[in-house]
Amino acid sequence: MVHADVSRAAPESFLDAARAEGSGRGGRGRLKIFLGASPGVGKTYAMLEEARLRRRAGVDVVAGLVETHGRAETAALLDGLELLPLKPVEYRGQNLGELDVDALIARRPQLALIDEFAHTNAPGSRHPKRWQDVMEVLGAGIDVVTTLNIQHVESLNDAVAQITGVRVQETVPDSLLQQADQVELIDLPPEELIARLKGGKIYQAHQAGQALENFFTRGKLTALREMALRAAAGRVDADMLAYKQANAVGAVWPTEERLLVCVNEAPAAKSLVRAGKRMAERARIPWIVATVLTPRHEAMAPEERAATTDALRLAETLGAETATLRTESDAAGELLRYARQRNVTRLVIGRARWRGALLQRFMALWREPVSEKILDGATDFEITVVTPLAKVERRKATKPVARPSWTVAGLALAESAAGVTAATLLAWPFWPWLPVASIAVVYLVAVLVVAFRHGVLGAVCGSALGFLFYNFFFTTPYYSFAVEQYEAVVGLLVFVVSSLVTGTLASRLKAQVEAMRATQARTETLYEFARKIAATTKADDVLWAAVAHIAKALHCHAIILTPDAAGALQQVQGHPAIEEELDMRAEGAARWAFDKGEPAGAGTGTLPNSDWLFVPLATAGKPFGVVGVRFADRGMASDPETRRLLLAVEDQVAVAIERNRLAADLAEASVAAESDKLRAALLNSVSHDLRTPLVSVIGATSSLAENADRLSPTDRTDLAVMALEEARRLDRYVQNLLDMTRIGHGALKPKRSPVDLREIVGRVRADLARLLEGREFIVAVPPDMPLLDVDPVLIGQAFANVIENAVKYSPPGSPITLQGAAAEGSAEIRIMDEGPGIAEADRAKVFDLFDRASMGDSPSQGAGMGLAIVKGFVEAHGGDVRVDAGANGRGAAFVIRLPLADRAQEGGSA
Amino acid sequence: MTEASRILLIEDEAPIRRFLKIALGAGGFEAIEAERGRIGIEMAATRVPDAILLDLGLPDMDGKAVIAAIREWSQAPIIVLSVRDGEAEKVAALDAGADDYVTKPFATGELLARLRAALRKRPAGAQDRPEITIGGLTLDLAARTCTLDGREVV
Repeated sequence: MVHADVSRAAPESFLDAARAEGSGRGGRGRLKIFLGASPGVGKTYAMLEEARLRRRAGVDVVAGLVETHGRAETAALLDGLELLPLKPVEYRGQNLGELDVDALIARRPQLALIDEFAHTNAPGSRHPKRWQDVMEVLGAGIDVVTTLNIQHVESLNDAVAQITGVRVQETVPDSLLQQADQVELIDLPPEELIARLKGGKIYQAHQAGQALENFFTRGKLTALREMALRAAAGRVDADMLAYKQANAVGAVWPTEERLLVCVNEAPAAKSLVRAGKRMAERARIPWIVATVLTPRHEAMAPEERAATTDALRLAETLGAETATLRTESDAAGELLRYARQRNVTRLVIGRARWRGALLQRFMALWREPVSEKILDGATDFEITVVTPLAKVERRKATKPVARPSWTVAGLALAESAAGVTAATLLAWPFWPWLPVASIAVVYLVAVLVVAFRHGVLGAVCGSALGFLFYNFFFTTPYYSFAVEQYEAVVGLLVFVVSSLVTGTLASRLKAQVEAMRATQARTETLYEFARKIAATTKADDVLWAAVAHIAKALHCHAIILTPDAAGALQQVQGHPAIEEELDMRAEGAARWAFDKGEPAGAGTGTLPNSDWLFVPLATAGKPFGVVGVRFADRGMASDPETRRLLLAVEDQVAVAIERNRLAADLAEASVAAESDKLRAALLNSVSHDLRTPLVSVIGATSSLAENADRLSPTDRTDLAVMALEEARRLDRYVQNLLDMTRIGHGALKPKRSPVDLREIVGRVRADLARLLEGREFIVAVPPDMPLLDVDPVLIGQAFANVIENAVKYSPPGSPITLQGAAAEGSAEIRIMDEGPGIAEADRAKVFDLFDRASMGDSPSQGAGMGLAIVKGFVEAHGGDVRVDAGANGRGAAFVIRLPLADRAQEGGSA
Repeated sequence: MTEASRILLIEDEAPIRRFLKIALGAGGFEAIEAERGRIGIEMAATRVPDAILLDLGLPDMDGKAVIAAIREWSQAPIIVLSVRDGEAEKVAALDAGADDYVTKPFATGELLARLRAALRKRPAGAQDRPEITIGGLTLDLAARTCTLDGREVV
């Protein structure tokens, strides 16, 4: 079969082979499975023998969990092996021991023994299945040896059920058997097995008889043995194939063939998937499982829709690629189009089985099953039609098929009766003049209305009642159900058929309208949600919008958890309750979803008994939180509609969070840059303003010291005076700096007393005598000026700063004016210069600390602190300060408002 | 140095100008003063100083721009006086064409020593003229005029 010269191995096959050869697959442990045809063949025994061998070879072996089933020989082998204590799990008052995964991983042996690969864990365990525990242990880099019976292999589930009549609920995905690094078959001829059973070596005596009758018959055991042998042989084949590929011995598949399994909501979907798996395996070709969603699907009961999802999920665990297609009407066409696009060569479809009802068979007349259409259209495919095993399928149907409840049926019947009665009353007065056919049309209208309101049920009830009434009232003999004329029989038949047809059509129309409306509503809410979060600027708002949307759209409780600084998950948002009570299981599920980036909790494979379903919220791969939802009806958690909505919301939230995070980063960066700029400006300003006088002091004194003999007496005096002046200037700056710190720390407490404005101004004038030399300082204070309620020292300093500023920015020799006035209970002091003035836009800014510094290097003397200090001092008195244009539009006018003493006495402290 | 070297002092702080003028006089230099960058450039062209002391923090223009403007036509030593003591500032000023950099505050002795050192490096008589003459065409870079055979070209 192998043509060595025909083709080469695909490049990826080299990679796979390289990975398999490499130790532990990049840190993953290696898995060995002892496979048996039935219980009692000696798998556990073989496993323990292997463990002893390996231990003797120096391997660190721990028995994670070994079930001896009370067999003495097996128990003897356990002697000397390190046993890991079981994790106690209480379930319905029973104490069940399960594998302690965490303890095993913490112990980190080289090899762990974990019996019964297919075991189902007690409810409340982290994983529902033991094989999931094993995967976690392997993931931690620990080699595992385990045991498995052939009947637990997923794809053989149907076949085993057929052979033994017992459907095993505990299954493991086939992919695990393929992933295993080694599979060893433990074979025992049936006769020997039965002998062992009778000898009490498998079960205790009281169980043995029962087991012999039900399971351990020779025929059944032989069939199971054959299956196990075939599976092991398949493994050998696969290993050989992998080897050939790796060594480029020959082509595995000459062309890229594919198998496509088409499934729908029919209960047989799972059987179809298993059949597809077996066929794909035998042919060694990749396989796809696809389903088509149409508007009809939207209108289905959630249970029916879940059947499709379950089938797809099963397909995934069996190693298939899955696809969900969408179309408006032509499901068959869409499937075939997809099949051709994907190079599919074989199709697997199920035969439609109408569930017995005559009506359904009747409906099939104009609703051709998809399978028939595929058969018609797929001329270029190899097609396998699988007839589902009705018996087995029916037994395992755990969810009841949605049936109309009696109340719904009653309502449909009542409305049909009402409608038909109304039609009768309407037609009654006219019947002698109207042809009988026209009266039938009136009934038809009634049937249509009922059908539109109640679906197929309404159509059937309406047609039946319409037929009876029509027959009773309008066909001869009247007021009797008997029919005497041949034409009337035909007429009645035509009526029944046409009312059924139109009624069904109407009901389908209604279903479609409803489905469309549902889709539209969903799209609309999603759109609304997207729009809402697009407008948010804070991550919190996005999360709030998300929980609110999820809670409303799914009618559930929704929460969002994000990790705190210590990494513990905390509830940050919730709807309708802000904070929900989470039990241990829910917390575990949330943690799992966050750590592993996979959904966990209700409706998933991890901690399914949690009331909550948690879905990770991730941007760029790493989850930043989880969304949790809790439904009144737990079944909703596994509803595909729920999943789809959660997924859509998750996407939107992730995008919005990412966007907000970027915006926040940007803002943070600009704040950092801004504060850096401010710091630089402050340093620059302080160093400039402190150093400038120092430059003069040091320069002047060093000149005096070094060149004393070469300087004229005048120059010497000049230098000494200058050094003194500059030292004083330095002192003023230092005072300013101290004042500024006091204002900055809020430690400024003015010592208020009633004081005359003229007195303060007089003192300021004396202090600034040198500065004001050669200028006119005009003071205009009215004689009846009330006393101020201020700290004279602080306010004096404020005036001095403003005057200094005026001197700095106005031409030498120009006058400076101070005006005082009492207005509206407070004093208003204006200090005006004749300089260039301050542009309106900059007027508020001049009081900012180091404002001048931001304009570049200092244009003149003084730190950018003076006016900030003025503002601080004045505001500490409850006053305010602003800049106006000067008198006659020239220069600047600083307007300071301060409290008056008598006002303070009248109205209490200002 | 028989004739007193002329030093142009471009500095906006009056007290600093005052003490520097006295110190320079005592050191045997003739000091001329400018309190703005623009005036300083003009004086560098018109009074042709032997060396320039320049404050970087001027109110009307950046000190480095002053250096660049003077360096367009003059090779007179420029010593920068600045309170800015960052390395980047020094590098920028020296790269712009300054010969030395003195951080304020400084003792006058050191400044005068540096000034003398800068003047020694200059070959005597290498007078800079802010003019380029090609045949009859004369470009006066400081005045930004162009004359051909003595007549101004528009």
